[in-house]
Amino acid sequence: MSTSAGITEPRGWFRRVLQANAWLVYAFFYLPIVLLVIYSFSDNRNVGVWGGATLDWYREFANDEPIKTALGNSLKIAAASTTVSVVLGTMAALALERYKFRGRGFFDALLYLPVIIPDVTMAVMMLLFFAEAAKILGFSRGFSTITLSHIAFSISFVSIVVRARLAGTDEKLEEAAMDLYASRWQAFRYVTLPTIMPGVLGGGLLALTLSLDDVVITQFVTGGGWNTLPVYVFGLIRKGVTPLINAVSVVMLVASTVLVGLSLLAQRIRGGEPV
Amino acid sequence: MPTTSRNLGRHRARWLLLLAVLALLASACGSDDDNGDAGGGNGGETASGCEVGETDGDLALYNWAEYIDPEHLDAFAAEFGISATMTTYESNETMLPTITAGNAGYDVIVPSDYMVGIMIDGGFIQKLDFDAIPNASNLSDDFRNPSYDPTQEYSLPYQWGYTGLAVNTAEVGTDFPRSWDVVFGDFANDYAGKITLLNDPRETLGAALKALGYSLNTTDQDELNQARDLVGAAKGNLLAFNTDSSDELLTSGESVIAHVYSGDAFTQFLETDDPSQYVFFVPEEGGTRWVDNMAIPFDAPHPCTAHTFINWLYDADQGAALSNWNYYGTPNKASIDLLDEELNEFLTSPDVLVGGPDSVESIADTGDFETNYADAFTEAKG
Repeated sequence: MSTSAGITEPRGWFRRVLQANAWLVYAFFYLPIVLLVIYSFSDNRNVGVWGGATLDWYREFANDEPIKTALGNSLKIAAASTTVSVVLGTMAALALERYKFRGRGFFDALLYLPVIIPDVTMAVMMLLFFAEAAKILGFSRGFSTITLSHIAFSISFVSIVVRARLAGTDEKLEEAAMDLYASRWQAFRYVTLPTIMPGVLGGGLLALTLSLDDVVITQFVTGGGWNTLPVYVFGLIRKGVTPLINAVSVVMLVASTVLVGLSLLAQRIRGGEPV
Repeated sequence: MPTTSRNLGRHRARWLLLLAVLALLASACGSDDDNGDAGGGNGGETASGCEVGETDGDLALYNWAEYIDPEHLDAFAAEFGISATMTTYESNETMLPTITAGNAGYDVIVPSDYMVGIMIDGGFIQKLDFDAIPNASNLSDDFRNPSYDPTQEYSLPYQWGYTGLAVNTAEVGTDFPRSWDVVFGDFANDYAGKITLLNDPRETLGAALKALGYSLNTTDQDELNQARDLVGAAKGNLLAFNTDSSDELLTSGESVIAHVYSGDAFTQFLETDDPSQYVFFVPEEGGTRWVDNMAIPFDAPHPCTAHTFINWLYDADQGAALSNWNYYGTPNKASIDLLDEELNEFLTSPDVLVGGPDSVESIADTGDFETNYADAFTEAKG
């Protein structure tokens, strides 16, 4: 705990007001989630009406074929898009951080684009792109188009995380390795990669979570029966909200939380080590 | 260092602006092309010469979630020796751009009434070849030549339902007027704070328009203003404007009179201990009847399979199997006697459609006037 000498902690009533404020903010964030979890165990079709504790909704989730298929689709797409975007994102980060070349600024800006443009804009652009491309290449929308779209936005997030890590490591380490007769590949494999691994892992888990959660882009580029879990669940709302949706949300919430937690952990543990 | 980063920032901003402009241009051009292709291309042409029961590939269905039993779809595929996939969407507005962009790969889509009209105007769905759909003769007369497809060339109804009022008779009794007065008249004063109206401009202003004796598709500003004032006056007696859980508020006892969709209300009643304590009806002045329809996109890859699927669902047994699973209304008159008893009773009871078949209307697209509805509703909710 290193507190800088110039700043004193607030005292007295002011401190209590700040504390209360912090708790209120946390309550505002997390109470809805707590309610969502509680009502996923409610034995009543109506969300928000408590009808005794039950695991029926989780059982229904486990027996609902379309939902399970959608979950399988989501996992396949997430696995494929994460693998590809981690490799490409890391390569992009290395290129932009370690080398100077013509058009670097351009690629830099290009990489941030998917992060800042609204999802729906990206979704429509993707849709038009795939529709036009299909005229020439003759593929149909489905696994490939969803995976490509997810790769397209995940690369940016991966490379931003990896670059942050790269910026904090000393380029001289690689130079030193090569002075000691390591080849470029060996220097990368035994020096650079282990150093940036927390960033790569963190970026990868972020990409995985984003892919599992995406609704807006996926629903525009899907086809051929490739419903992903969040898109399918969103569609169920038309038929009324039952605690089944809570149960599905809780499972997704737990999975996402575990992934984000792992991502933070990976960055902290490795990040704490002296490089 | 600060100088370079600031320069870099300015560079970045300039590039981003350029890219954004390019992206906008590209998407604008793209959609223009597509409209042109669709309007002048396949749109409006008949998929010629499909035989009854002919398949020309696997079926790709684009449908709402939980609208057909996956096993039912598999049965179709097995019968014709093909495979069938279903992709789901959650709103007409999501489905539309997917189709208009082209090459969506879907053979059959299920747009709602007003969306059929929009898709016909844009050339995004093709004319049906009724020679390949002989079972279309099973279409109930009430659903022929709807306002959104007046010549019935492009679409056939899939499922339907009403919008009307649901009442808890344990609280209100059975001796109440089967009229919109229940929510808009003096009657409502006795149940102040226990009434919900749908949070939907077209449905709720439509109910008020019907109560006043006008068409719910009016484009007359004066009529709309009267409807707005009627909704505004009723506001004091409301628990809420609520769409997503109006049926649940009723069965949980928070409301006793609710403006609801029939399908939602009916399935909700059946979940309660005593379904008979709830009554659904379309008031005598009339109300909304929504219809979701089957249609074939302009560039469907397997139009013959699509026709065969539509024809198959218009078979008496298949139509009944569809409704007995999703519990919405069937437009197939040959299926009605094969429905579950409680569903059949709900759909055919004269107590439900008090004003008769001519009293209900489908919501039609009013074009630019939609904004007036939205504005009037905002003013009414004040």
